[in-house]
Amino acid sequence: MATAWFILLAAMVTAYVVLDGFDLGAGALHLLIGRDEREREGLTETYGPVWNGNEVWLIASGGVLFMAFPKAYSSAFSGLYFGLILVLWLLIGRGLALELRHQLDNPLWRSACDVVFCLSSAVLAFVLGVALGNVVRGVPLGADGFFHLSLFGLLNWYALLVGVVGLVVLCAHGANFLALRASGEPAARARRWARRLWWVEAALFVGMIGPTYAVRDEMLTNLGDHPWRLVFPLVAVVALVALLVYQRRERLGHAFTSSALFIVGLVTTMAAGIYPNVLPAHDDRPFSLTVDNAAAGDDALRIALYWWPVGIALAVGYFIYAYRLFFREPSGERAP
Amino acid sequence: LSSNVTVDRLQFTLTVTFHYLFPILTMGLGLFIAWLKTVSYLGREDRRFPLLRKTPAERAVHESSARFWMRIFAVTFAFGVVTGIPLEFQFGTNWARFSTFAGGVIGQTLALEGVFAFFLESAFLGIFLAGAQRVGARLHWLSALAVFAGAWLSGFFIIATNAWMQHPVGYERSGDKVQLRSFGDLLTNDWLAWQYLHNMGGAATTGAFVLAAMGAYYLLNGRHVRFARTSLSIGVVAALVLCLLQIFPTGDGQAKNVADHQPSTFAAMEGVFRSETAAPLVIIGNPNTEKRKLESTIELPDALSFLTYKRWKAKVRGLNTIAERDWPSSVPLVYYSYRIMVGLGTILLLIAGLAVFLLWRRKLFESRRMLWALMLSFPFTYIANIAGWTVAEAGRQPWTVFGLQRTADAASPSSSVPAGTAIFTLLGFAGLYLLLGILYLLLIARIVNRGPEEEPAEAPADEPDPEPAAAATS
Repeated sequence: MATAWFILLAAMVTAYVVLDGFDLGAGALHLLIGRDEREREGLTETYGPVWNGNEVWLIASGGVLFMAFPKAYSSAFSGLYFGLILVLWLLIGRGLALELRHQLDNPLWRSACDVVFCLSSAVLAFVLGVALGNVVRGVPLGADGFFHLSLFGLLNWYALLVGVVGLVVLCAHGANFLALRASGEPAARARRWARRLWWVEAALFVGMIGPTYAVRDEMLTNLGDHPWRLVFPLVAVVALVALLVYQRRERLGHAFTSSALFIVGLVTTMAAGIYPNVLPAHDDRPFSLTVDNAAAGDDALRIALYWWPVGIALAVGYFIYAYRLFFREPSGERAP
Repeated sequence: LSSNVTVDRLQFTLTVTFHYLFPILTMGLGLFIAWLKTVSYLGREDRRFPLLRKTPAERAVHESSARFWMRIFAVTFAFGVVTGIPLEFQFGTNWARFSTFAGGVIGQTLALEGVFAFFLESAFLGIFLAGAQRVGARLHWLSALAVFAGAWLSGFFIIATNAWMQHPVGYERSGDKVQLRSFGDLLTNDWLAWQYLHNMGGAATTGAFVLAAMGAYYLLNGRHVRFARTSLSIGVVAALVLCLLQIFPTGDGQAKNVADHQPSTFAAMEGVFRSETAAPLVIIGNPNTEKRKLESTIELPDALSFLTYKRWKAKVRGLNTIAERDWPSSVPLVYYSYRIMVGLGTILLLIAGLAVFLLWRRKLFESRRMLWALMLSFPFTYIANIAGWTVAEAGRQPWTVFGLQRTADAASPSSSVPAGTAIFTLLGFAGLYLLLGILYLLLIARIVNRGPEEEPAEAPADEPDPEPAAAATS
């Protein structure tokens, strides 16, 4: 039962990274791809109606983590205190900059919003990577299931590396999105960025393997021990190759889908490597939080299995509807 | 401030109070936008809803009002979303032991909120704001209803969570935590129905007074007169009905919940230090916790016994029957907050009653004094809402989960989140929220200044046709 929830949770987190990933990445490249006020306004219009819904996947994933693994939720959130509060402040700044940008017709106001939006998006992508890096590396869990990492403890070399990976992968994802949805000069710029970033993300993908093995060999041996799990990294590799091919052929829709699949492959590979831990302990500490010792009671997990599919089916329904509505007309045909 | 529990409490108080200012308005306005939009959409002469039937001109005013309020709703919603996320996060960051203890139960309602309410609200708000000409008149109307449903559903799951903390049901203890036993019990908690209705009534009251205040403001300025009259009429009538409902039955029902399940809170609210038969209702009085009595009181004899138990001679339990370590941490805070809520509620009821009387006599739109009073009274509805929540939350102390987990045992261990760390983030939130508050007021002032579209002329045309006239002015 707890394993089922691990899978559902991984699916929700994956949906979050894929969906909010493109608007985070597009935000991080905001100032580079949009060169003036009008271009930037055009960029925000591409994801304006949907970004908030994308971010709801983060909140809903948090809720489900809390519901299914309350011990892991409380331990990770209190232990990563500074990182999480920083994420909150960035989410506040980013959300308001984006939503309030068009409320005032003042060039200074719009520039300020653009800068806040761009920087907070970039730092968020980076910090989420750092948090993920710390989870993969393991945290110094004590016998009571809690731990403490200072701000500088969070910023260890492996977590920083994963932070860079997070930033680059999401930027590439955002560039692929803008290449597809933006129009005119910014779309061409996004296309160039997407191609450039492909090489960086491919290099980092390969370069990550060694360090990950060094900090936690289980991440890889886990996959080897259960060969069917190799399907996840395989998805990532195939999607990465497909991304390059489609970029070359200017099949932008397919390229964006490949980029999304690449992220699916990455996140699910991480999840498969971590399982059965939810929050692994650092080094050789024996206090890892696993799907068994961190899960809520069986009754709670069973009951939630009844309502969860209904709620998620509805949510997916709204998403398909909203995306079809907003992305119906092909790019570049909207009046400026 | 050397104790991390104190700082965690301060931070949660600050962030939850600031956050709640926005949902009060979105939940309240959501109701009225749904109503305006329904009249505008279903009120056509050729439809079979005689009660909603309006002339085209009236429907056009309803339509432009709905859009005007949705602009305010959208800005408020954005602030509500970004200030709401810190609350969910703080369950983990600052209240880790509470989350570990109770996550097996309240994880359900919080996850339900995310999955059922937030997706609904955010998706349909996006669709509504895209505009009727893009999505069709019918979907535009439905999305107003969906946004309203999402907001009120979200409120329901939060109140279900709070109701469980006030009056835990449907759980069993296993070791050092609680686990859910009955999902049905969790959602049919005795406490839940009255608290939900009372709380939503409070939000709707704010919505009604905001409508009335906006109408009064424009009338006093002589601008947007047709919009102002519509807003004002709907606002004052709704305000009167809602104020009455807040007193009876919802306020009455909620007070009985407290008397039945939290005698310590009830005694603190009413300042009953010693158990009494035929207890008087204290109108004015100061609680003196040291001497354990109320001072300088004006009372109505026997009234508290009657209001609570419907018998004049019934016995009301006092704080003397409860161990002092189980008293609310601050009896005066609970006592005064309750009095502020009830006192403001009564004054607002009188204002609304007088306004409706003038409306009936057709004098309201010319009565400048009444318009001034209405314009200035809406902030007090916020104060009444916050005071009510202070009674609920400070009254529940010293417990986080009443009778099960003390607040002192609920915070994150000081080894993971030391007091100094929490002070740092508390100051950060305080500064950030000060900026946000100023920004919010600026943006709302700007929307109010621009006003509703002056002459939308046409009501929404047949669905799914676009509405050229309304679109042109937007």
